[in-house]
This record gives sequence, structure tokens and C-alpha cells, in this order.
Amino acid sequence: MAKTKKLVQLKPTDIKEELLAKYPPKVARKRAKQIMINEATGSGTAPEIMANVRTIPGIITMRGCTYAGCKGVIMGPTRDIVNITHGPIGCGFYSWLTRRNQTDPGPDGDNYMPYCFSTDMQDQDIIFGGEKKLAAAIQEAYDLLHPKGICVFATCPVGLIGDDIHAVSKKMKEKFGDCNVFAFSCEGYKGVSQSAGHHIANNQVFTHLVGESDKEEEGEFKVNLLGEYNIGGDAFEIDRIFHKCGITCLSTFSGNSSYDQFARAHHADLNLVMCHRSINYVADMMETKYGIPWFKVNFISANSTAKSLRKIGQYFGDPALIDRIEAVIAEEMPAVEAALAEHKPRTEGKTAMLFVGGSRAHHYQDLFGELGMKTLSAGYEFAHRDDYEGRQVIPDLVPDADSRNIEEIEVTADPKLYSPRKTEAEIKALEDSGFEFKDYEGMNTQMDEGSIVIDDLNQYEAEKLVELYKPDIFCAGIKEKYSIQKCGVPMKQLHSYDYGGPYAGFKGAINFYAEIDRLVNSKVWSYTKSPWQKSPELIGTFVWE
Amino acid sequence: MRKVAIYGKGGIGKSTTTQNTVAGLAEMGRKVMVVGCDPKADSTRLLLGGLAQKSVLDTLREEGEDVELEDIRKPGYGGTWCVESGGPEPGVGCAGRGIITSINMLESLGAYEESEGLDYAFYDVLGDVVCGGFAMPIRDGKAQEIYIVCSGEMMAMYAANNICKGIMKYAESGGVRLGGLICNSRNTDREAELITELASKLGTQMIYFVPRDNDVQRAEINRKTVIEWDGTVPQADQYRGLAKAIDENQMFVIPKPLQIEDLEQLLMEYGIMDA
Repeated sequence: MAKTKKLVQLKPTDIKEELLAKYPPKVARKRAKQIMINEATGSGTAPEIMANVRTIPGIITMRGCTYAGCKGVIMGPTRDIVNITHGPIGCGFYSWLTRRNQTDPGPDGDNYMPYCFSTDMQDQDIIFGGEKKLAAAIQEAYDLLHPKGICVFATCPVGLIGDDIHAVSKKMKEKFGDCNVFAFSCEGYKGVSQSAGHHIANNQVFTHLVGESDKEEEGEFKVNLLGEYNIGGDAFEIDRIFHKCGITCLSTFSGNSSYDQFARAHHADLNLVMCHRSINYVADMMETKYGIPWFKVNFISANSTAKSLRKIGQYFGDPALIDRIEAVIAEEMPAVEAALAEHKPRTEGKTAMLFVGGSRAHHYQDLFGELGMKTLSAGYEFAHRDDYEGRQVIPDLVPDADSRNIEEIEVTADPKLYSPRKTEAEIKALEDSGFEFKDYEGMNTQMDEGSIVIDDLNQYEAEKLVELYKPDIFCAGIKEKYSIQKCGVPMKQLHSYDYGGPYAGFKGAINFYAEIDRLVNSKVWSYTKSPWQKSPELIGTFVWE
Repeated sequence: MRKVAIYGKGGIGKSTTTQNTVAGLAEMGRKVMVVGCDPKADSTRLLLGGLAQKSVLDTLREEGEDVELEDIRKPGYGGTWCVESGGPEPGVGCAGRGIITSINMLESLGAYEESEGLDYAFYDVLGDVVCGGFAMPIRDGKAQEIYIVCSGEMMAMYAANNICKGIMKYAESGGVRLGGLICNSRNTDREAELITELASKLGTQMIYFVPRDNDVQRAEINRKTVIEWDGTVPQADQYRGLAKAIDENQMFVIPKPLQIEDLEQLLMEYGIMDA
């Protein structure tokens, strides 16, 4: 069809030019630095991409706000902390149960996620200050539920009128004695994207929660999984695999998490980083403070899952664990291969675009790869340069006014709790055998030469890309979903997974193959015609004519 | 009805000047409402004889939605109506938002209706124009004329110039105009000439020069305006004069704020700053 012809004709440079053509010169100049034609195939100096900078006003961005990143993404999935949104009701309501992060209420049944807590600030509270109302709300939550922890989130007006939410939280914590109360200055406008909110949330969890429990934890191979949010039950599937392998996951940040999990995280012997963007700094801080090494994993796609498991086995170096991991992989793979045998003939050669998150646009390329599909173009909403180009660029990142606005915490080795999990000699031996710690090579190296990497894609460019490339599937979030479908292209949400999931691990991969097969082979969206496609111009006459 | 807003640097004497002038207007038979737009709620003390009244915002907070006009305005000297917007204690909340809410409430309760028979509504506004809330009285449909209280002191003139910037912004979109500068004398050198010159540079007039007189203090201690306390003293006539000047004022302009260098130049010319 016309599609294949188009692919041959269009050069990436032409695409880039076309995307920028309609912009005023200054906007085009900035966007040109955020649209990169990939040539990073391992050798030479990779081109730089501009990321984590302000969205140009007037552009309909895919990004979310700092509050959304803090309350919605990081703290939202924790079941037994009461999350109180201090502000007018909209912020609390629209961040309530909207991310499909599933939870197991656990043996105690303490699960407050179905509730929406907000101070519901009114005009009067803005004028006279909302601190008293906040204290009353914290008291009410404590009296009703007696939770282990209460978290308070600032919305935009709270920052403007200067309510001291930290002082209120501290006072209430002292008053209760048996409930950890702390707050987040995560006003929506605080950063350039939700990434700032992740940072604010993680810093406070690290400061107020991690390390609280001194009870020794059982388990031979204790790990934490950082940056896995249990969308559609992903963490459940990963937990299932861990359990089968004999790996004990003490804490997941923060999918299907609980207060006690965070509090005991420092007892783990290894940190596994799933979403590099949202949490790599927590892994660094935990290494400095407690001596826990970390490396990057990816449990999205069957091969990546197997690879990550093997790396865990190699880290612990225990022959029984290594054998057990191999046995689990051998046991799980036949079902994966059977599913691929069914779906791949129908998906092979199809094309995809992914514009989502700060790691998902990368991780899901592995799944599309297994299906034999090519990723034409990809990008993140809120990632930083290191998520595109790899961690080696971190020393070159220049802090700007926006990033300075987000607190950085200084961490030193804990005098009592610091204990290096591996000796320097052990680390060196592992590294000499090709093992990498603190590793993330970024998305770009994995992508084909000539594919287009775009940071902070917007609605205009999304539609333009779809128009030019006609991909077989487009992956993004809810805000993009319907406009893409109206362009006649199937759309898969990779924030909330629409109504599906899990897509992580082995079983998740099987689910994903079936879902993508179903989507790319359905013609339903291509049959839709917008009114203006049928009659491009409305013709009318004046009544007096 | 003429809607008048009084601005000026904090502590310059806005509330005192406003109430004394309003007393003068009342004496002339004008029907005046004074709306205090200061969270301290002390803009109507002299007219009410020290009567502490409940502010609009306090009433709103306590009564909820069921608020009547009579709950928030009190009769003061000479048939005036006195309203205090009120606001939060220092250091909390948002006083600017309070003024917006309060003025909207007065409007929706019909305080400005024809049937109220008002000749004047005076807004006595806190300090400088610090944020959107404090500019509320000069937005479209609210105050149409502004008088800035100032003196020959540098910071008072600086504040006056700044307020002119605020007026200019809203003059373009709304109908607000500057009616003049009221010089509330601090007995600085060549004060009247300096303020006259500043006024002309801003494109306006010094509408009145109020001399310094301790009778103002004496009246204040008695919680009265000078006219009510002792209408025979010379200062009472000064306020009558200011009231008359405002009542007869025809000069309403969009001000032309000065660059800071020009303002400093002016001070040098009048010998206040050493060159």
C-alpha cells in the first residue's frame, strides 16, 4: 500500500523539517534541539538531545504537573498511607484511582487507596490560610483510620498563600506519637514536568520513611525493586517470578507497596532499578547511606526479564540461585514462545511509535522487538538527557533555574547502618567479568539509525508524525488517545494500559503480544472518517442571498 | 455615583486623610460609603467613633452564605456607610484574595445600587499595589478615580510612581483615571513645589496640600475626624478644602509613570538628594 512507499520516500531530515515548518522561528529553534535524528549506534559521539526543559507556552504538551508526579505516581500506589491533598477538591479528585496501580490489601487489610482525602479548600481558606483546616483533616484521618502514616500534598494555591504544611505535619506527628506524618511541597507549577514531583516525593520518602524499621528481615537474596508502579498488576507478575526464583523482594517503590515495605528497604542487599528516570537518585542515595549496590533491570519483555534475572543471579553468585533462575526461565519460556509463534506472523514487519513516560518508551521497544515490529520514532514526556543518551552524560548536565528549584539532599554513610554488601574486591571481580553497576545506556543506543527521537512531544507533532509515517500503532497516554484514533491509527495507552495488563515478566509479555496483535490487525480505526474528510468545506449562504 | 480609591505608601496617612475628607463631603450633604480594604480593618475607626465592626470576611466566614447588607455595613458620622473588608492576620493566607471576595460580596448584595442613593464610594486601600488583589478596586467597573496620598519623602514619591504604573495598566483596559496627588505634609523642604512638579511630570495635579497639624492627632485620640471633634480649628477647614477640591475635580488622566532615574533627578533638583 501507500504506506510502504511513503517509508521509502521520507528521509528523517525531511520529517524533522516538516515537523518544524509551521513553528515561529524561535519555537522552531528550541524544538529542533529536542527533535533528534538517531545516529547513536554505539560508536562515535552521539548527538545531544535537549530534555527536561520548559515546554513552550501555547504548545499542547503531553506532560503532567509536579503534583501529579508526586501524589499520583510515587505516593499513589502505597496502600496504607493516608494521602491528603491540601487544596481545592479538583486536584485530589482527579488524581484518585486514575493510574490503575493495583494493590493487594495484605493480611491487615489496610488499604486507603479507594478513598479520596482532601482538605477541599474554599475561598475562605485561601484568604485566612488553610493550616488549621489541614491540622483538622490530619486529626480526622488519624481518628478514623489510625494509619501508620499520613502524607500531605501541596497544590498550587497552598504554595501561593504560604501555608506551612511541613510545620503542621511535624506538629501532628509529635502529637500522635504512633503515626508518621510528613508533607510534600509539590505545587503543580514547581518543575518543568512531573519529573520534579517524582524527585520531591522520593526525597521525602527517603528522608522520613526508609530506614525506620530496625527489624532484621528474613530471606537469602533480598532485593528492592525501584521504579515499578504495578500498573495493571506488573509488580504482581514480577513478584511471582521472584518468588519462584527464591528472591525476596523487601520493597517495591512504589507499586503494591506498604508503609512497612519502605521502612525496611535498607535491609536489602541489592537495589534493582526499573524506571531509571523516576528513581535512580534514590538508588544512589541508598548506596551512599547503607552500602546497597544497584543496577538497572528491565522486566518488560520475556528476553529482558530473563536477562535481568540472570544478572541478579550473577550478582549474588550463588550456584543454587543461578540454577533455580535458569530452571524458572526454562519453565516460563515455552509458553512465551508458543504465544509468539501464534502472534508474530501477524505482527512481523509492522511499525510502532512510543511517546510515554521516562522509561516506558524505551522498555516497550523490547516487547515490540520480540513481535518483530520496528519502532519508527520514540520519546519521553519527562525524561532527562541521561535517559536518552546514557548515564555518562550526567556529569555534563548543567543545573538550570528550574532544576535548582527542586531540593537535592546530601547523603552520607549512616554511622550505624552502613555496611557495603560487596567488598571492593568482589565488585571489581564482577566488573572485570563484564558486569555493570549503576548502568543505564539510555534509549537512543537501542534505536535504529535514522529513527527520530523526540523529547516532550506535543499534539501537533504527534498528529504530523502519524500523518507522515502512518504507523501501525501509537503508544502514549490518555490525553493523546482519541486524537490518534481519529487519525485512523490504533492507540495503546502505556501509562494505564487501557483496561489490560500485566505486561511485565513472562505472563505479561504473552498478554502484550495478544493485545498488540489484536490492535494492529484491527481495521476499525482506519474505517473512521471525520466529517471534513468527506466534505472538506462547509458551504453556506447568507439568508438575504 | 463616583467611585474613588485612595492609594499611597504605607503609613502615609491614607485612612486619616480619607476619613477626614469624607467627613467634609458628608458635611456638604454628600452620601458616602467608605470601604476599608486593609486586613487590619482600621479604615473607618474615626467615622464610627472607634466602634469596632465585624469585617465582611469575618461575617462571611461565620454566617456562611446567609449574609445581609446590614450585617456588613455600619452607619458612621454624617450619614456615611462604613464597611471593613478585613482579612487574615499577618503572615497567613491571602489578603489580596480577601479584597476580591469582599468587593464582589458588596456588589452582589447591592451596596452600589442606585436605590442606595450614594454620591461617593471611597476605597481605602492598603499600601502599595502589591498583587492582583490589591488592584481590585481599580479594575474595570470598580473605582474610576484614584487619588494618591504622598509627601515630599523619597519613598512616598517612589510608591506614588509605582501606583501610577498599576493605574496605567488598568486604565488601558478599564476606565480608571488618576485624579491627583494629595500631599499630606511631612514638613520636608520645598514640599509643595516638589509634589507639584512630580504631579506635572506624571501628567496630573497636586489637588491639595494638607499641612501638618497636631489637631489631627488630638482628634484621632478621641476617635473622631477633625470636623467632628472640633469643626472650628484651622485643620477642619483644610479637610473641607480637600473635600471641595475632590468634589469639583475635573482633571482625570492616565498617568505617565517616571523612570527611576527621572525620579531621582527630580529629588536632586529640589535639593533633597545631594548630587
